Amino acid sequence: MSGFIYEKDKDNIVTIKMDMTGPVNAMNEEFIKLMEETVTRLESEKDGIKGVVITSAKDTFFAGGDLNQLVQIQKGQEQEFFNSAEKNKSFLRRLELLGKPVVAAINGAALGGGCEICLACHHRIAINNPKTQIGMPEVSLGLLPGAGGTVRTVRMLGLEKALPLLVEGKRLKPAQALEAGLIDELADDANDMMKKAIKWIQENPAAVQPWDKKEYKIPGGDTKNPYIIQILQAAPSMLYKKTKGLMPAPKKILAVAAESLRVDFDTALRIESRGLTNLVVSPEAKNMINTFFFQLNDLNAGGSRPKGVEKTKVKKLGMIGAGMMGQGIAYVSAKVGIEVILKDISMEAAEKGKAYCDKLCTKLVSKEKMAQAQKDELLGLIKPTAEDKDLEGCDLIVEAVFENIELKNKIISGTEKYLVKNGVYGSNTSTLPITELSKATEKPENFIGIHFFSPVEKMPLVEIITGKKTTPETLAKAFDFAQQIKKTPIVVNDSRGFFTSRVFGTFVDEGCKLLQEGINPVLIDSLAKQAGMPVGALAVHDEVSQELTKKVGATNKELDAKRGESFCSTNPTTIEIGNRMVDEFKRGGRAYGGGYYDYPENGPKRIWPKLYDLYYKPEVNYPNQDIKDRILFRQVIESIKCLDEGVFNAVRDANIGSIMGIGFPPHTGGVFQYINTYGIQNFVARAEELAAKYGDRFNPPASLKKMAKSNSVYK
Amino acid sequence: MSTPAFIFDAIRTPRGKGKKDGSLHEVKPVDLLASVLKALQSRYSLDTSRIDDLIVGCVMPVGEQGSNIAKTAAMVAGWDEKVAGMQMDRFCASSLDATAIAAMKVMSGWEQLVVAGGVESMSHVAIGVNGGPWADDPATSMITGFVPQGIGADLIATIEKFSREDVDAFAVTSQDKAAAAQKAGHFKKSVIPVTDANGLLILDQDEFIRPGTTVEGLSKLKASFEFMGSLGFDAVALSKYPGVERINHVHHAGNSSGIVDGACAILIGNEKIGKELGLKPRGRVVASSVTSTEPTIMLTGPTAATEKVLKIAGLRINQIDLFEVNEAFASVPMRFQKDLNVPWEKINVNGGSIAMGHPLGATGGILIGTVLDELERRGLTYGLCTMCAGGGIGIATIVERVSSY
Repeated sequence: MSGFIYEKDKDNIVTIKMDMTGPVNAMNEEFIKLMEETVTRLESEKDGIKGVVITSAKDTFFAGGDLNQLVQIQKGQEQEFFNSAEKNKSFLRRLELLGKPVVAAINGAALGGGCEICLACHHRIAINNPKTQIGMPEVSLGLLPGAGGTVRTVRMLGLEKALPLLVEGKRLKPAQALEAGLIDELADDANDMMKKAIKWIQENPAAVQPWDKKEYKIPGGDTKNPYIIQILQAAPSMLYKKTKGLMPAPKKILAVAAESLRVDFDTALRIESRGLTNLVVSPEAKNMINTFFFQLNDLNAGGSRPKGVEKTKVKKLGMIGAGMMGQGIAYVSAKVGIEVILKDISMEAAEKGKAYCDKLCTKLVSKEKMAQAQKDELLGLIKPTAEDKDLEGCDLIVEAVFENIELKNKIISGTEKYLVKNGVYGSNTSTLPITELSKATEKPENFIGIHFFSPVEKMPLVEIITGKKTTPETLAKAFDFAQQIKKTPIVVNDSRGFFTSRVFGTFVDEGCKLLQEGINPVLIDSLAKQAGMPVGALAVHDEVSQELTKKVGATNKELDAKRGESFCSTNPTTIEIGNRMVDEFKRGGRAYGGGYYDYPENGPKRIWPKLYDLYYKPEVNYPNQDIKDRILFRQVIESIKCLDEGVFNAVRDANIGSIMGIGFPPHTGGVFQYINTYGIQNFVARAEELAAKYGDRFNPPASLKKMAKSNSVYK
Repeated sequence: MSTPAFIFDAIRTPRGKGKKDGSLHEVKPVDLLASVLKALQSRYSLDTSRIDDLIVGCVMPVGEQGSNIAKTAAMVAGWDEKVAGMQMDRFCASSLDATAIAAMKVMSGWEQLVVAGGVESMSHVAIGVNGGPWADDPATSMITGFVPQGIGADLIATIEKFSREDVDAFAVTSQDKAAAAQKAGHFKKSVIPVTDANGLLILDQDEFIRPGTTVEGLSKLKASFEFMGSLGFDAVALSKYPGVERINHVHHAGNSSGIVDGACAILIGNEKIGKELGLKPRGRVVASSVTSTEPTIMLTGPTAATEKVLKIAGLRINQIDLFEVNEAFASVPMRFQKDLNVPWEKINVNGGSIAMGHPLGATGGILIGTVLDELERRGLTYGLCTMCAGGGIGIATIVERVSSY
């Protein structure tokens, strides 16, 4: 039978083992019912109880809010939800006011609501398992800790220490949680944990929460403390700098945390419930729950991986090219224990790639985020070489040489023979057609595109591209490899620019178009950021480099001619302006001494003054909203075209790919969720408006109009 | 001839108990004020860029009510950036004076449309936290003869021979009248519900009223200022009133104004803008006066201010149909009635601050709304609102009910 198992031992200490229906304990209607029963029983049997230990019968302690329930709460249901949030936390309040010591014995992950239960206990002991996560990551799903977690964290740790935990939604290992003050003690194992819990109960018979003591003073000072006033004044601006005001959740957390300090505990809890209610019905929360929870889980569970193919692991990776991409791929692979042959044309170049890995490790070691032994092991796995034959026995070879078909073909055909039988050959390319490249191989069925993003060690996404002849087994292996190195793989079909590069290209192109039309370049990049892009279109073009655009543009032009396609028409202005910048002004991009921006050695980048002479027309004035919409709509419409052309199989992959790969604003939930939130009919109307004003590229594709007619959503 | 200043509307929040268990404690002062501003805007779909100024009374303008709460609330309410906003403090007379100043601005012809108002969240910013030399600086307080207001209220009762039973009986009447008025819906027109960011209701009516209060029940409460008086404040007060043998301490929480949270806003303008914006006049500010009386007894200002305002208006006291005399303490309206011999039937007909509470900076504006509502209900003409305030200040304002320009 599931429920809360209530056991009283000979010393009158009650242990409550949470064992709810389903694989994990979660905060839902069942929880409210069980808590009500349990707390009521504890209160009525209080006189015969010495203390209470709360733990879990499952591997994890408690998983948090029930997102299936939360995602369904709609506008109009606020009162009902608020009442239920108030009810939910009322039992935790009664628990901490029981008058007997209550200890949380954290046997596994305690996230979100799980962590909030622990905070309502008088003492927290966690098993010191580095795999256990403790924290309140609600913010990452557009929510706030609404079971007393926001109020209690602030009152327990003080505003300064609480804010990062809440606003950034940090997930901590038990040792880190102890250091942060979220828990009080570590235990070696379950036995030790229970022993410590009982000992604490015996030593603290009259446990009272600090905030319920008369002499309570908030750690670090209250809102009259000059230092806290500084934090209250600066925090909103620091948050804006990070989120551009587009994320309601961290804003609400900050507001609730501050307001909670100006009122009594119970009023603070009510303010917190109102804040959660506000967020639960927000489109941003729906978007983030949809994309970062349901769709991402689906993806990570292998939603885009061929079914029925056995899972594989790469043991030996051949990494050809030790440049920016190659060294990053080598690093993330060695980090998970894969042997890496890092090959470049000279030993010197290969060594340079390994040195980069050394640098990354050294940084982590100095921050105590990596042990020296771990570093030695990692670096020991990377073998730099200039010899092809060292690739012998690799079960996966990935080439990351320059984007040039002839060069890639030469390398591929020269090295595939070193693969083990049925080994996979992957090409890290961002635009070149996989089927085209696979022509160089003997076994196109074992050939696949594995598109990494730079810097590899930081970017979470891998875009896997299947060629015409790529087999499901090969795809499965590439998928497994991506997960092995802890990346999120999306799967797309071979086509020009695949998904991410093609859509990213339209982002840059729209920036260039605005520039060409005479808009102030500062405004173009500022508004892109206000719309939620991490970097402006012009700034990002400088990073990618106009030089590269020029080269890739030339390659694509050739490919267009050869294949009878018109890929270059997806980003014509980028090519035009990029070429002009390189040819006429030697402004090849940041790495080439400057592009649209100058990069002074001492100081921040500034728009290259000549850019104004070349393009700026003060008489051209567009509404800011138009500029922002152009930047996002252009990407969204290109994504719809990708969907129409079968570039990917699932909307999920596009949503996640757009956020993780291109930097499409996370609060939107990705390119397709953006349409859902905008309202598909509104989106069509706005697209038509933009098309009438700014050009046919904004015309809504027929498939979108069809969906709008039936008012469907992209799922 | 000056331009007449019309009152288009006078609204307020309900008054919530000014303690941590009060319903409005969860609402910050700035939000409380912003909520009436928003309500005023939406009630008339006001183009707020037409509002020349916003004057807000607030008696504890520090901390959460600090830094010109008027301008801050205007921004929070989403009002046009042209609305400048000013916070003012004339102690308890603040928002009644804000109303007068708004009217003067309009009457001068310099401004067309002005919003007066007040806010006091006593649960957030407690009375006295602003400090000040009058009470806190010994040299100053020795010059001014400072004593807490309650001592003055008790001194008035002593001089006027109001017994404990008399003041308690007055308090019961205030409760009865307020409860009856609330039950009859007399406040509905002007009280706007306070909601949270989700639109969920927090409070929609005054929660401080205690129906069923009896003299017997009140008799059990201990006088509040006896101990303070015994410290020496009585002696200071009596030094100015040597003919009084000793102060009879009769006031307590039950017959003094209640500590509450609340806010109000009053829309005042001239005929031209009223017609342009399609606003119907409800009243006209006839005249207003401030004066000050002996500062130690402190609370006798209403009589002097009323005499002064009647003179300005050229009206006789029997021409006034209804009076709102703020019930700072029971002895204040009782003394006023006695001084001017006003019939009790005309005074505080819907109860007062003893029953409903006195959100310091917001009360004056609330009185304007209350008297206007009642003049309309009864079809009467002139109402007079008067208040005592710190330092002996008295204020009185006469409004005339109108139904057209």
